[in-house]
Amino acid sequence: MRFEKVIKIWGGLLGSGPSKLPPHSFCPQVEQVKLLDRFNNKTTTGTLYLTATHLIFVESNVPGAHEIWILHHHIASVEKLSLTTSGCPLLIQCRNFRVVHFVVPRERDCHDVYSSLLRLLRPVSYDELYAFSYNPKQNEQQREVGWQLIDLTAEFERLGLPCDQWQLSDVNRDYKVCETYPRDLYVPITASKPIIVGSSKFRSKGRFPVLTYFYQEKKAAVCRCSQPLSGFSARCLEDEHMLQAISKANHNSRFVYVMDTRPKLNALANRAAGKGYENEDNYSNIRFQFVGIENIHVMRASLQKLLEVVGTRSLSVNDYLLGLESSGWLRHIKAIVDAAIFLTKAVTVEGASVLVHCSDGWDRTAQVCALGALLMDPYYRTLKGFMVLIEKEWISFGHKFADRCDQLDGDPREVSPVFTQFLDCVWQLMEQFPQAFEFSEWFLIQLHEHVHSCQFGNFLGNSQRQREELKDRTYSLWAHLLSEQHNYLNPVYSPSFAERHPVLEPSTQPWNFKFWRNMYHQFDRTMHPRQSILKHTLTLKESNSKLEDTAHTLQAVSSYLLSSPLRCTNTPLQSLSSLHDSSPSLILGAPLSRKEAQQEEEVLGEEALEDAPDGNGGERTVEGSSATENGYGELQSSFSSKNEPAMVSLEFGVARMTC
Amino acid sequence: MTMEFSEHIKTANVDDVVLKLPLRPALKGTLCVTAHHLVFSERKEEGSYQLLLLLRSVDAIEKRMTGLSGSSGTIVIKCKDLRILQFDIPGMEECLNVASSIEALSSLESVTELYPFFHRPRELSLSEPWGLSSPQQQYAQTERLWDRWRLSKVNRNFSVCMSYPRTVIVPCAIDDITLAKAASFRQGGRFPVLCYYHRSNGMVIMRSSQPMTGANRKRCREDELLLQAAIDESEMGYIIDTRSAQQAQQARMAGGGFESKAFYHHWRRLHRHLERGKVLQESLIKLVEACGDPSQNMDRWLSKLENSKWLSHVHSALSTAGLVAECVERDGHSVLVHGFEGTDTTLLVTSLAQLILDPASRTFRGFLQLLEREWVQAGHPFRQRCAHSAHSHARLRQECPAFLLLLDATWQLGRQFPLALEFSEVLLLRLAQDAYASDYGTFLCSSEQERCALQVKENTHCLFQFLLRREEREKYVNPLYEATDLAIWPSVHPQSLQLWTGLFLRWTEYAQTMDEAREEIWTIVKERKETDRPKGCAHTTLSRHDSFTNVENLMDELTVL
Repeated sequence: MRFEKVIKIWGGLLGSGPSKLPPHSFCPQVEQVKLLDRFNNKTTTGTLYLTATHLIFVESNVPGAHEIWILHHHIASVEKLSLTTSGCPLLIQCRNFRVVHFVVPRERDCHDVYSSLLRLLRPVSYDELYAFSYNPKQNEQQREVGWQLIDLTAEFERLGLPCDQWQLSDVNRDYKVCETYPRDLYVPITASKPIIVGSSKFRSKGRFPVLTYFYQEKKAAVCRCSQPLSGFSARCLEDEHMLQAISKANHNSRFVYVMDTRPKLNALANRAAGKGYENEDNYSNIRFQFVGIENIHVMRASLQKLLEVVGTRSLSVNDYLLGLESSGWLRHIKAIVDAAIFLTKAVTVEGASVLVHCSDGWDRTAQVCALGALLMDPYYRTLKGFMVLIEKEWISFGHKFADRCDQLDGDPREVSPVFTQFLDCVWQLMEQFPQAFEFSEWFLIQLHEHVHSCQFGNFLGNSQRQREELKDRTYSLWAHLLSEQHNYLNPVYSPSFAERHPVLEPSTQPWNFKFWRNMYHQFDRTMHPRQSILKHTLTLKESNSKLEDTAHTLQAVSSYLLSSPLRCTNTPLQSLSSLHDSSPSLILGAPLSRKEAQQEEEVLGEEALEDAPDGNGGERTVEGSSATENGYGELQSSFSSKNEPAMVSLEFGVARMTC
Repeated sequence: MTMEFSEHIKTANVDDVVLKLPLRPALKGTLCVTAHHLVFSERKEEGSYQLLLLLRSVDAIEKRMTGLSGSSGTIVIKCKDLRILQFDIPGMEECLNVASSIEALSSLESVTELYPFFHRPRELSLSEPWGLSSPQQQYAQTERLWDRWRLSKVNRNFSVCMSYPRTVIVPCAIDDITLAKAASFRQGGRFPVLCYYHRSNGMVIMRSSQPMTGANRKRCREDELLLQAAIDESEMGYIIDTRSAQQAQQARMAGGGFESKAFYHHWRRLHRHLERGKVLQESLIKLVEACGDPSQNMDRWLSKLENSKWLSHVHSALSTAGLVAECVERDGHSVLVHGFEGTDTTLLVTSLAQLILDPASRTFRGFLQLLEREWVQAGHPFRQRCAHSAHSHARLRQECPAFLLLLDATWQLGRQFPLALEFSEVLLLRLAQDAYASDYGTFLCSSEQERCALQVKENTHCLFQFLLRREEREKYVNPLYEATDLAIWPSVHPQSLQLWTGLFLRWTEYAQTMDEAREEIWTIVKERKETDRPKGCAHTTLSRHDSFTNVENLMDELTVL
């Protein structure tokens, strides 16, 4: 029955069967699979389904069964652990930080699931990605409109460009000068075409200095590029002219800062490979500065270490703090924020233009420029502004999303959580300035989800050029997010705060950098606050009338559902999706995101328990917080008559029973 | 008496003093030393800043000579609430005089010389009731206790237990003579008494000190009877010992010990090691030192935070309290909690367990009542424990931040259940401050006996009563509060615990943005409350839980599609 449901729903909605699975390993359904909670001893039994796009676990024999849907693209690794008495364990780690531990009763089934997943999670061509089968039931026109929502030309206009010092250059119209840059580039008016072309030849991957943000108040520009091919002594007059032109475009300052975001040692090492950094003697009017953000490999290892630490069962507070330190993750986060603050101060206080680069200018440079702009310009702290910022600094300037997020089966050494780090930095700022951002952390988490989901076209590929080809057959994430933006609003956002603090000046004291539990443990529900201030306040902000409407709608739906259980056809699904669209109210209606749904569920749990006199099995809990899950000590409810010393195993150490 | 104070004051007024406060520009004005306060007034025509610092709140004072040939001096005052102030004082002699006055007046030995005995605000009268509740009231309010538990006045003269109140709640079956004998078997006479009755299943939490079994395993029938009477014949109970099994064993050498299974058949003992005394105090000192570290180094900070072990102590407190609550609520058994003296970690655990289980203790008044019952009346030695805070250079005697640890753990509960507590962080901060130095008499002394002997209740005002006054209360309530009858089980994963920045970084961080955000939430809540009607309607819809969860799950996934 359930199997039919899944196949029907998925077959119906996707219009594609599980045809991509190799026939011999096709294994659509495994029953009696155990799901182990990774932090306590809770197990759930259910059925595992494999579809063309998802791995689905459905808890069995429970009304309102818990379901877990795992998008294949989200799976980072599948591991078969050694056989146990209860079956064959399968450990699945996801890029959205979900970790699931299944135990499949029969080894054969486990192997089937394992090998099918291995095939599915390594797509080799873009066509295989979810974005090309995803269909949100929109017509072509709606799809097109979705792609036009974020317009970078309008963004540069907003910044007052072009202006008397900066012009739009058509030099890269056909991606001839730099294929990882966008078509439209803003350069100083004094930078002629030969200068641009000459400069680009002297820069790694042809990424010559171009404007990315303009601080109108001081006419100071933030520019970005890649490292110069200077080696030990090489010079390039055009490149020197280029920097001179940037400097001259700003009358407020006699020099331009050049920020090399790498540690000095790395930059030095690059010289041996014919790359390197600007020699202050060759460039007039520059002030050169290293800021010491580590490279993608260090960052990858750091996050891995962090996840290892926080994924440890029965982790002690001391090991947690030591692990947090030794992973270096927060140190790296702070380094990026420190760099962004340096950039911001140079521009807003000194009124100097700044040129930012790293090696190729698409990882650390993107982080620092984007974060700096966020600090300088309140517009980027609005929901739409943040989309514009990502579109500009990350998507258009060629952050290699496909490589970094491992979208296609590729070089594992190219994978790195650079974008995740950026979101983490933004979250740290949100923590320091609760009223400065129009969006909440849910928005960041949702973005993170979709950078990896390959469900929308925005983040596919490694450059704008590549993406242009993929755009025609995919949908835009921005349209989707804007359509449900009420889910992502920050209830305490204050536009007047932005007026009072146009430029944010975050504290860089180390205690202001915190572990982002809601991101890295987003699926570990036992770890979260059982009640959310954010959600509660959002809820309160909803108007009475909306509340009433939703209540009525839901009443209708729930009575409908009672009479005809979900499993029958597609009809309930359709009615539900229409409900989803028509009820913007948060309180009882559509879950805010997939994560929030868990909390929603918990709220429901509470309400239901309050109605039922004694709750479920006599255990009374608030929003799913339960003693069992927290495991203060696993008490046996009956005292055994045995007289010998008993060991009571406890989650937090072993208590010896001496009596 | 005034004479005595004036002996300590050689220079009462100094002009042209520069005051440097955290997060503020330096101010110039007059510094004045009075019997109980340091008063600084900025010299300005209008809107001038005034600082009134209770001398008792000075934890440490440092002085150094500055200027040409030591013509002026600087005094750095480190307060028990962790604030650090600096005064630049012209004139070496004045500086030394002021410093010695502060030293002398901040460490007055006699309780009756302390400010609470002189604090006489116009709006309060000494004839108002002191305290919020008594064991009598607690007993009277819990009718279901009556058939098995009684009020005993065996301690009416404090002769059975110096640190207990006059009345306690004990099993009906045990008479006062038996109680007195049981008391003689417990350290400090702290025999097992009831501290919490769990309405839903009739189970109780009791507390005591360790039994004095000693090296030769003495036993005491009366003590055994007392514990047996607390539970039914057929029932079993848990003893949560806040020491490690090894510590408990070793305690026998010093005359203490633990309840042996052979003599307490119906009790099962669990050991949960909680740090106490000096270890906790040193932990606090290290944490505060880490928070004052000026280097901006991430690794150094994390390593110092780890090294202080403070969060580990918070963790142990919460998880042990969770265990107690679990025994009572989930397992359906009564619990006795004790460690050594039963005046520190014991109270920490019993009061946190009550916060987890008892919705009444999560209200504003209920929380203050809980503190009064479990800390003030139950004889937590505030006088010794809170004599000094983290900055003091004085040799540690009996200082221990057990009460701060309780406030921290409560704050963690509030973080995890932001709607469940009726009071806000602001109240916890106020209590943290007043426990160390206060205008009120509530935290004076170490026991009811001392309070009676010194007539504290007759001569000081009660902090709890004051906080409950309408205009005060407003400052401390949690706008998001929504009462729930359910237990609140905290997560004790290290990832779920946080440093209480509100307390430990209160004076180093610019907290204005947080305050503004808090106010914004207030505004939203108030708006909401004014138009709060259709909620009931929404609730009824929700009761269709089962079908609804299905909807949730599906809609949940729909967002992916």
